[in-house]
Amino acid sequence: MKEAKIKIRNVSFYYGTKLALNTVSLDIYANQVTAFIGPSGCGKSTFLRTLNRMNDLIPNVKITGEIIIDDVNIYDRQIDVVNLRKKIGMVFQKSNPFAKSIYENVAYGPKINGIHNKKVLEEIVETSLKRAAIWDEVKDRLHDSALGLSGGQQQRLCIARTLAVNPEIILMDEPASALDPISTSKIEELIFQLKELYTIIIVTHNMQQAARVSEMTAFFYIGELIEYGKTKKIFTNPEKKQTEDYITGRFG
Amino acid sequence: MKVASEGDATFVFEKSVEMDNEPTNFEEPKEKLIPQDKGEELTSDKKTRGLVRGTYRFTADSLKKKVRLSEFISEKVITGVAFLTITIIVLIFLFVFRETLPLFRQHSQKVTTTAQVQEQYGSDEGAGRNAGNQEVYGITKDSITSADNSRETIEPGNNEGRVIFPDKATFKGLWGKEWMPVSDKPRYGLMPLILGTFKISILAILFAAPLAILAALFSAAFSPKWLREIIKPAIELLAGFPSVVIGFFALMVMASVFQNFFGYSTRLNAFVGGIAMALAAIPIIFTMTEDVMTAVPESYKEASLALGASKWQTAFYVTLPAATPGIFAAILLGIGRIFGETMIALMATGNAALISMNPFESVRTLSATIGAEMAEVVFGDTHYSVLFLIGSLLFIFTFALNAFAEFYVKGKMVARFQGRIA
Amino acid sequence: MKKWTNKLTGGIMVGTTALSVVIIIAIIVVMFVVIIIGGKEQISWKFLTSFPEDGMTKGGIFPAIFGTALMVLLMSVAAVPFGTITAIYLTEYAHENSFLSKCIRFAVKTLAMVPSIIFGLFGLGFFIKFVGDGMDHAFLGGHLKWGQPNILWASLTMALLTLPVVIVSVEEAIHTVPGSLREASLALGATKWQTIRKVVLPGARSGILTGTILAVSRGAGEVAPILFTGAAYYLATLPHSVSDQFMSLGYHIYIMSTQSTNVDQTLPIQFATTLVLLMLTFILNFTAVIIRARLRRTPK
Repeated sequence: MKEAKIKIRNVSFYYGTKLALNTVSLDIYANQVTAFIGPSGCGKSTFLRTLNRMNDLIPNVKITGEIIIDDVNIYDRQIDVVNLRKKIGMVFQKSNPFAKSIYENVAYGPKINGIHNKKVLEEIVETSLKRAAIWDEVKDRLHDSALGLSGGQQQRLCIARTLAVNPEIILMDEPASALDPISTSKIEELIFQLKELYTIIIVTHNMQQAARVSEMTAFFYIGELIEYGKTKKIFTNPEKKQTEDYITGRFG
Repeated sequence: MKVASEGDATFVFEKSVEMDNEPTNFEEPKEKLIPQDKGEELTSDKKTRGLVRGTYRFTADSLKKKVRLSEFISEKVITGVAFLTITIIVLIFLFVFRETLPLFRQHSQKVTTTAQVQEQYGSDEGAGRNAGNQEVYGITKDSITSADNSRETIEPGNNEGRVIFPDKATFKGLWGKEWMPVSDKPRYGLMPLILGTFKISILAILFAAPLAILAALFSAAFSPKWLREIIKPAIELLAGFPSVVIGFFALMVMASVFQNFFGYSTRLNAFVGGIAMALAAIPIIFTMTEDVMTAVPESYKEASLALGASKWQTAFYVTLPAATPGIFAAILLGIGRIFGETMIALMATGNAALISMNPFESVRTLSATIGAEMAEVVFGDTHYSVLFLIGSLLFIFTFALNAFAEFYVKGKMVARFQGRIA
Repeated sequence: MKKWTNKLTGGIMVGTTALSVVIIIAIIVVMFVVIIIGGKEQISWKFLTSFPEDGMTKGGIFPAIFGTALMVLLMSVAAVPFGTITAIYLTEYAHENSFLSKCIRFAVKTLAMVPSIIFGLFGLGFFIKFVGDGMDHAFLGGHLKWGQPNILWASLTMALLTLPVVIVSVEEAIHTVPGSLREASLALGATKWQTIRKVVLPGARSGILTGTILAVSRGAGEVAPILFTGAAYYLATLPHSVSDQFMSLGYHIYIMSTQSTNVDQTLPIQFATTLVLLMLTFILNFTAVIIRARLRRTPK
């Protein structure tokens, strides 16, 4: 097996004095989909947000341990969070397009990076929308408001917006939880295509989804990483009792 | 398979199949896209789907902390501007108070040789200043008496004039019962003004507070939602009435109507002014009372209703007492508004500085005194300083009122709600 | 029996509160009606666009309208950016419980409560006597230009008075911009300032507009702060520069109704001027209420 892209070592996370993640260690590999599953409140979303340091925005939090991406400890004092987030895109649970046109939504990232050449922007917007498999649906109305799109389209637009910054890693926080089955399957198909290009980490409460899209699965329970391994193995032959209980729907 | 390629290193957007036929568009901006990625180690994997992908590695170099000047400056500027609000409060205090300083300085001037002091005053830059000042007063020619008074005192060598300067307001004088600033022997007794202000405030609050609080109780406890959404903006509309409009209405309409009705002799008096000021205070008291009443936890009301109390009993025995500290704060804010109200006082109170308990006599309030006389005094004159002293008093009073309402009442309110819920 | 008295007390109590509402609203309606009846005869296009004549006993109120408009314009230029930035600080930069932010909030509240006449005193003591005089001495060698009442000082004084109005409105609007949009922007690698500029401020546009309208309405109606910082009794010409004095609607009403030589003769003019000012502030407030209601109704 090739070298891990992200190495997480003994990461603990506190909200104030409350422990939300307890010494989590795992390796995440490039160009694969890694799924985090677990009941709500188990810390999987918190963990995801430590990876692009979104938790920095919350006051009174503390993190210990190391998160190393390609030999770089992203919690090093020398690390620029803004540049880090450019390399680690994030798609949120609820689609959150800006109240701007579809075009402006996708061009937002490149623009803040100082790209103002109209032609380049158009290329980036087109490529990103194509990659997010939404180009055919919106190419005739790029300058309409993004808020006029359906929920599923909005979520794919948000993915396109993330792709436009050209990240290395894409974090997805329950990206399909608010969507209907058809939109969900479109997103899943998209994730399957995108892993050719990006390292994808997805948080989901939908176990079928995790089984369908991911190569690796990590199961969290009350702030602890219970089990981590190949998705197939986790779903067919889990080692821990808790994992089995969760997978078979006995709690959660 | 790892192939290092300089060309791809700066490549931000990879070619996808669709774009292969128009490479020129991509060549040109390469360098500009994300310059910090230049020189990064690069590995590219050719993938099966015809997508060319350059995989960057995360390097400490590319993620090195950057100093963003615009970020730094914007934060500092924003903080600085926000800080200015505090500065303004301090400046208001300083500058309003500064103009009262001559009152405090008079004693020390008597001790030093008066002539010297005045020579300095007249000779250096003061000359231009005085000349300038005289011109300013040109706009208010009717104040010649007091202007003459003060000019005499500034003339160098006029020692005696200075020492027996009749315009002097000692602190004892400020407690006097007469306010006659423009006369041969000016008297600056603040008593009638202070008592007048209190009189009118009491009258106004006696009228405004019950009306506003009962109305708020109706809106918060008894009215259906649709009615509430009409009542609230309608009463708040009153807050949008400029005080000069209320003053005008009181002066032209209310004063005559009330005089006909009550048959008193002085047309403009504390009663008319008080009612008019109540109109200005009602929306303030109403809005705040209404807000605290709606903020009373639903659980209180439900508990009361569950015990079999009727809607009105709940409102009067539960909602109203629970909201008391907030209502108290609302009344304080209303008093603050009435205390500082200038235009209504100027127009509708008759402006006679009398000491009287009769509500149908004219009064002169502190703020109206400033408004009426400031345009007609000489800068630096005792009269001028006394007016600023009145301003300082008003400022300190409202500041204290606000601080009290803010910290004491709010703290009590929070303690009450949280204490009971917990 | 007991139930019967209980019901009666309740009826009386509820009735009293309802009566209070009726009284207050009746007062508002009466004020409106009386001022409209008193002023509507006099209002005409000519009244609004001509100068006062014959010692202000005839003619129109154009200079007062113009002066008020110019004053609120200058005031907005000062108060709106200043207030918006302060609101941004309070919502985006300050930690809710930090000492500085508490101080600023207290300062804003105090500013909202300071009597308007105090602003007038401050304008006189600070802008005219300190800044204005200082400028005259520094640049004009003591020649009197800035050290006297003028429209600039009046507008700045008014800007201080209306500052809390702007701050409160903008803050409220910024709170309606969902946190998820800020997160989206930051996750794309935008800096804080970029996020504020491109996501937060555009989302708060209507709030800034509401704040401006409310501030203008307040500024147009206030008289006490400009009594001795720039308002003039009568001017034969419109102000040419910011160092000129100006006429204002509110001051005009005050002067006409209290200092006029012939109050009865000019009564229609007074009512009409009051009607103009009342309508102006009413329309502005109404617009702000509508924008604000719409802002609250559409969750973004």
